[in-house]
Amino acid sequence: MNWLEFLKYLFVMAGVTYLIRVLPYVFMRKEVKNRFFKSFLLYVPYTVLAAMTIPAILFATGSIYSAIAGLLVAVIVALFEKGLLTVAISSCVAVLAVELIQKFIL
Amino acid sequence: MSSFRKGFTDGIPIGLGYLAVSFSFGILAVAGGLNVWQATLISMTNLTSAGQFAGLTIMLSRGSIIEMIVSQFVINLRYSLMSISMSQHIDKSMNLPRKLFYGEFHTDEIFAVGMGRPEKLNHKYFLGVIIAPYIGWSLGTFLGAVCGEILPAMITSALGVALYGMFIAIIVPPMKHSYKISIVVAIAIALSLCFNFIPLLKNVSSGFSIIICAVVASIFGALVFPVDDEKKESVADNDNTKGDKK
Repeated sequence: MNWLEFLKYLFVMAGVTYLIRVLPYVFMRKEVKNRFFKSFLLYVPYTVLAAMTIPAILFATGSIYSAIAGLLVAVIVALFEKGLLTVAISSCVAVLAVELIQKFIL
Repeated sequence: MSSFRKGFTDGIPIGLGYLAVSFSFGILAVAGGLNVWQATLISMTNLTSAGQFAGLTIMLSRGSIIEMIVSQFVINLRYSLMSISMSQHIDKSMNLPRKLFYGEFHTDEIFAVGMGRPEKLNHKYFLGVIIAPYIGWSLGTFLGAVCGEILPAMITSALGVALYGMFIAIIVPPMKHSYKISIVVAIAIALSLCFNFIPLLKNVSSGFSIIICAVVASIFGALVFPVDDEKKESVADNDNTKGDKK
């Protein structure tokens, strides 16, 4: 991507993120008590990550089969509550294994 | 132990974790068409995971500026709540210029360790706590981007899945402990599938579709399953469950 186009996006992205963090830090004096708003914000990280992961993960690798393997392995390892890194590495290994099988065996 | 040392020590595990997450961000950014410096610059100026990833998606699909603003606003909105809580937890040494500076470094993890400190925090604590996470996040992105450029395609394609793997590692354990989170996440996923496969809805750009899925599912959650406590754990706790949280 050329730098001019990139910097335009970067400026907006970093600017909005900075203002969201800093304006309330400087100006807000009281805790937010609104139950609806707090609940909403509590759910946002999970829903955002879920919407970004599915179905995008299915198209993130060389083939849909390796992607499905990566997804399934990640979910299973995560169910055992292993750390972030363990889940991520298991998922990568599953993807790589399936892609190697597809390339050299099938 | 001095405030600085306390902060620095608190920051080290966060920094190591960030190194890994941002490594896969670097890989994805380069795979999508950014160069090493652009990928690194995003991490150095944003210091968010979900927000950066959504921003990257929008950049690479040449999305509109409005889309970028709205996505960053919604996805990072939780930081304003953290900043408000943090503003109650700092001492007089945190004057305006320092707030303007250190506010940029409010991430989920830095917020968590800072709020976990019993005492009110001074500026030296913040100086200490941001060092390792900031270096970890920027350096990890840089290394990931460099590796993305030199490693063979099959390896980068496998590594590219790492970030999604981490997202799954964040989402799944709370789902296991809370049917509320499970239902809300299921709604987000169902909507996301609709936006990707149903004609017409498919035309909605990726940035907006993420926002719509997340906002609709979260509003549903807030209306049907409101939560009292401010802590994230509370959703799970309300279900009378246990579980070791990060």
